[in-house]
Amino acid sequence: MANPNGIGASVRRREDQRFLTGRGNYTDDFKRLNMTHAVHVRSPYAHARILGIDFADAAAMPGVVAVLTGADMEADKVGSLPCGWQIHSKDGSPMKEPPHYPLARDRVRYVGDAVAVVIAETREQARDAAEMVVVDYEELPAVGSSTRAIDGGAPLVHDDAPDNVCFDWHLGDKAAVDAAFANAAHVARIDLVNQRLVPNAMEPRAAMGEYDQSSGEYTLTTTSQNPHVTRLLMGAFVLGIPEHKLRVMAPDVGGGFGSKIFHYGEEAVVTWAARRVGRPVKWTADRSESFLTDAHGRDHVSHAELAMDADGNFLALRVSTLANLGAYLSTFAPSIPTYLYATLLAGQYKTPAIYAEVKAVFTNTSPVDAYRGAGRPEACYLIERLVDVAAGVVGMDKTEIRRRNFVPKEAMPYQTPVALQYDTGDFAKNLDIALPLVDYPGFQRRRAESKARGKLRGIGFATYIEACGIAPSNVAGALGARAGLYECAEVRFHPTGSVTVFTGSHSHGQGHETTFAQIVAERFGIPIENVEIVHGDTNKIPFGMGTYGSRSLAVGGSALVKAMDKVERKARKIAAHMLEAAETDIEVKDGRFTVAGTDKSLGIGDIALQAYVPHNFPLDELEPGLDEQAFYDPKNFTYPNGCHVCELEIDPDTGVTTIVNFAAVDDFGNVINPLIVEGQVHGGLVQGIGQALYENCVYDEESGQLVTGSYMDYCMPRADDVPSFTVRYHEDQPCTHNPLGVKGCGEAGTIGAAAAVMNAVVDALSDYGVTHMDMPATPEKVWRVIRDATPAMAAE
Amino acid sequence: MYAFTYQRPTSLADAATAIQADEAKLLGGGQTLLPTLKQRLARPTDLIDLGAIPDLKGIREADGGLEIGAFTRHAEVAHSDLVKRVIPALASLAEGIGDRQVRNMGTMGGSIANADPSADYPSAVVALKATVTTDRRTIAGDDFFTGMFETALEPGEIVKAVRFSRPDKAAYAKFRNPASRYAIVGVFVARFGAEVRVAVTGAAGSVFRATAFETALAADFRAEALNGLSVKADGLNADIHASADYRAHLVTVMAKRAVEAAG
Ligand SMILES: Cc1cc2nc3c(=O)[nH]c(=O)nc-3n(C[C@H](O)[C@H](O)[C@H](O)COP(=O)(O)OP(=O)(O)OC[C@H]3O[C@@H](n4cnc5c(N)ncnc54)[C@H](O)[C@@H]3O)c2cc1C
Repeated sequence: MANPNGIGASVRRREDQRFLTGRGNYTDDFKRLNMTHAVHVRSPYAHARILGIDFADAAAMPGVVAVLTGADMEADKVGSLPCGWQIHSKDGSPMKEPPHYPLARDRVRYVGDAVAVVIAETREQARDAAEMVVVDYEELPAVGSSTRAIDGGAPLVHDDAPDNVCFDWHLGDKAAVDAAFANAAHVARIDLVNQRLVPNAMEPRAAMGEYDQSSGEYTLTTTSQNPHVTRLLMGAFVLGIPEHKLRVMAPDVGGGFGSKIFHYGEEAVVTWAARRVGRPVKWTADRSESFLTDAHGRDHVSHAELAMDADGNFLALRVSTLANLGAYLSTFAPSIPTYLYATLLAGQYKTPAIYAEVKAVFTNTSPVDAYRGAGRPEACYLIERLVDVAAGVVGMDKTEIRRRNFVPKEAMPYQTPVALQYDTGDFAKNLDIALPLVDYPGFQRRRAESKARGKLRGIGFATYIEACGIAPSNVAGALGARAGLYECAEVRFHPTGSVTVFTGSHSHGQGHETTFAQIVAERFGIPIENVEIVHGDTNKIPFGMGTYGSRSLAVGGSALVKAMDKVERKARKIAAHMLEAAETDIEVKDGRFTVAGTDKSLGIGDIALQAYVPHNFPLDELEPGLDEQAFYDPKNFTYPNGCHVCELEIDPDTGVTTIVNFAAVDDFGNVINPLIVEGQVHGGLVQGIGQALYENCVYDEESGQLVTGSYMDYCMPRADDVPSFTVRYHEDQPCTHNPLGVKGCGEAGTIGAAAAVMNAVVDALSDYGVTHMDMPATPEKVWRVIRDATPAMAAE
Repeated sequence: MYAFTYQRPTSLADAATAIQADEAKLLGGGQTLLPTLKQRLARPTDLIDLGAIPDLKGIREADGGLEIGAFTRHAEVAHSDLVKRVIPALASLAEGIGDRQVRNMGTMGGSIANADPSADYPSAVVALKATVTTDRRTIAGDDFFTGMFETALEPGEIVKAVRFSRPDKAAYAKFRNPASRYAIVGVFVARFGAEVRVAVTGAAGSVFRATAFETALAADFRAEALNGLSVKADGLNADIHASADYRAHLVTVMAKRAVEAAG
């Protein structure tokens, strides 16, 4: 009998009840007796020398407990925030890794860089006093963009990073690519910018530090996507606290999109300060601080070329990218424009030779790191824009040129020229499902109908493949990762048959409390209500790696299966004993353990009770208890893939773009909860559409001031900006190397959508000779190309 | 926010007295003032909440037009059957302000007293030949807005109500800022017999009348009458969302759309 809440069921998210009724338990909701409040004094300059800090007046303000600076941290031997990934340049030299102190010591390097912290009885008192801290700055010339950073003679962000270069890296076979270009019949070229984005999680970052004088234990409650990694990095590298004396909790977290993966200075500040002042210290960012100090995403400037033969077969791809890392290295920053980007440049195509160069630079802007998709949206956008240009160059239909170059299903597993080996995927099938959803043959008719109404209609395709569940640890390690990339799970049966699962992955909107419980309910044939999922507390959970890169189910779910396997193995032994049968004669199905060929059987609940009340238990053969732990290290990445199609209409009078139809066909392998998957896709699509049409993080190039520092200027997509999506998936191509056959779905929408939208925008404007437009396609930008092209059009 | 004393007078006279305090500020719906306070950009000693004064509330028919109390929320204007019947263009303007939360809080008095260059109501005040009554006097709508965030109000003067004339035909067309949803350009077109008014907000430092458009429309009240007409880009606002020449272009586009909508 199928479990109504088992695998494949669209169970409504169990956690939503508390979220939607305001009963979530977020970091800022935690209150402690005697708690103090921290407010950071932040640099108003993008680049300046700190000549002195005078906080005498501030310290005398009402309610002020302490004013602490970088000098205090230095005196306490507080270290630099470590970087979790090391890249080596083409010449073999390691990347430049300048120190990144939680409170700046002699220089500030971006607007928002913290220079001091004021701790007071109330938040308002801390703010009042923070305004009284007088920092004597000597303003220095600033670098507000990556192109300015490498413009010879630009000021240096770090004295020990010449030309502002952190690393100059490459991947692929340059000679093979050069040779292919020499023999190419056609070459398509593109220059594009993948603009910087602000992550904008609904819950701003927050952190509360506590120190227990009697036990010497620290507790950090924080808005983190991976509490164990924060414990490791902060404990070992920044504050020198041994892990058994440091507990990190990430309770309910209201969205992260990557921005809460990283270990931030404020976490170290509150933990350290809690001991200094002998009281709990809490900090919660306001929205302006989030804009300034959350690690931003994207920010690439690229040139790419695609060589083709006379028939439009791809021969080679050459890519050169300038990546902006911001003022300091955020935790995983170096891995994003390298191993999460260039390795994806094959896309869904069998391009035989690929060469990519990535120069990563420091600028006087907020650090840049993983943001939903992290490198893969940048890769997808570049490839899919270039393929559209290529279709124009060889005069082929945009779906045909893709189909012609797809890696065929039969070629799986497929080794790309950029390191990855795809396990499964049927790219033609994705396209075949998508085309009828958008009535592709009817497009020209719809375009003509729009034209009759004075509107410009365009259709855009994007196929994507991403690599999720970064793995295996040994490979990642060889590529520069300074952490393992496994996941853990513990499955604890209680005496009365209910189950608590401890997972090292972390939910900040993904619905693990539902999905993970479905997997357990299915396996043991128990009601979903009897399964509790615990995450986000280093004191409860074995060492886990958290959630990012769509890894939770593929890696964390696999660890869960391994732990359940162990539970079942033990339960089978117990059953054999109780039923007086040989272990090999026990058949297990949906949590029932039956002696083959008989009606003698036991449920998992009976077995659990025996395990904990071992009155009649073979203690010499078996330990009591039914509680197992497993770690899972993946054999390979997983490769979600799909085809997104966007149809839109442009109003040439105003330049406004309206999306009229959007279809997403995805292959996520097996799907545990279709409802949650669809929700993840919707959210991802909106974020991708946001990048294509609305969002743009703008710094002033010269002054390094953040121009788009609030929602008055930074445009987020809203519900009325997007159409009702058509979302389909198929389960024909499950992942071959993890036990659930799952691939991950958290980032897919963001990866495909931006390219699909921009391809449609360019298509709509094709009559005006437009072959490319950088994101976001704002009304003014669109209107301008139409206006500038119109005289030429009229002349034709 | 800095600390302040909160007052909630129940009569206009009490409010007028309270606002005399050194650094007192009137509080309408708080949609501009509160964010300003939260960002610590203003430091009033007293906030005088106008929300409990019956004289400042309500929508009435007056002299064939409408009189709308200063403390009338945008949502009330948007949903009022009376407004929809007498000046439907005004209801639809109110429905297009900000978002639902802003409309449920923001007030007409607060909006015009604030005189944001990209606010919507100023266009209606000018196009609908409104008069603004305060606790001290009556000010012609044409004289009310004097510059960017500047009005004819004296310190401590309280807007009591706004009287709008009823046009024969009118419509408001707005090109909204995709981020803030304020007007990048908003054009209110109103026809009173042979007279046509075209008031433009968002484009410049303050609302202005496009007189060439008015003349053309007075002769021929059709969108086509505006063909070839445009306002000068010189002196218009420019920011990351819209340059001056884009705004100038949008003024013509929105004016045409307003004329079409007015029918
Ligand atoms: C996200 C957002 C989007 C918005 N979008 C739009 C938009 O699209 N279009 C638009 O037009 N507006 C928009 N607004 C502004 C909003 O609609 C309000 O009209 C505006 O904030 C002022 O009205 P209020 O009642 O909130 O006044 P408050 O914020 O309370 O006060 C504003 C100023 O007016 C003064 N004041 C208030 N009432 C009176 C009175 N009766 N007499 C004299 N002085 C007074 C106050 O002292 C203060 O100086 C938006 C606001 C936000 C926050």
